[in-house]
Amino acid sequence: MKPGKTLTFVLMDAPFESARTATALRVIDASIRRGFNVNVFAYEGAVLLPFRHQQPHPNAVHGRDVGEEDHPLPREWIAGLIAMAAGQGVDFHWINCGLCVDERGASDAIDGVERGTPADLWKMASASDNTLVVPTA
Amino acid sequence: MKHLNIVSSGYRATIEEQDDTVVWISHAMRNAGAAIDLLLCGAAVNYPVRGQRVDPVTFGGRPQKHGPDVHAQITGFVGSASKVYALREDLDQRGIDHCSLIPEVDLIGRDELPKLLCAYDQVWHW
Repeated sequence: MKPGKTLTFVLMDAPFESARTATALRVIDASIRRGFNVNVFAYEGAVLLPFRHQQPHPNAVHGRDVGEEDHPLPREWIAGLIAMAAGQGVDFHWINCGLCVDERGASDAIDGVERGTPADLWKMASASDNTLVVPTA
Repeated sequence: MKHLNIVSSGYRATIEEQDDTVVWISHAMRNAGAAIDLLLCGAAVNYPVRGQRVDPVTFGGRPQKHGPDVHAQITGFVGSASKVYALREDLDQRGIDHCSLIPEVDLIGRDELPKLLCAYDQVWHW
């Protein structure tokens, strides 16, 4: 881990289901911008947040084609966080719970996403200044 | 580092997961060396009640042979290495007789929570 303070986040919600995820990603974004090293442990449905095969779609109700709609994709947001952390010179680790990945067939994640276990979460939390769990309600 | 996990969403996806996933990850982290206790509140205060059982479920022709056993998860977790607390008011709100709980679980009142939480380096509310 690079010098400086480190925060660990645990996310649980599957994509496109809860406002909690966008809020958590905002907090993670702000943490990186302020120079914190950040760990994310994606548990349960959250392992699908960086799933490589998420695709944008057009929206007939909005009257927009796929390009105009520019539909948000969590995998792109996470890729953005990974790139921003590299640019900021802080450490950023996104670890997907391996068993959660297996039961969901979610192994095809974007580049930079790691696979781990609860033991990895424990190590990250132990080495962090604080940890925030954002659970599924 | 001493750590408390608060479980407040009882029986969340237990049929699919075959476990309460927070109790499970607590157990897994303890196996990795964590000093970790549990506080059960909300519907999760039912976990230590003796005599509960979930029958196997069948969808179409696909039987699921095992039902989740959150009670066994708690009895397997509690012991010399870890404490399990249950929130007294949440038990009373649900009419759960305190005598129906396994004796290893400690009951705690809401007014005692600040003192309990201050005893931990990290508190994670799931």
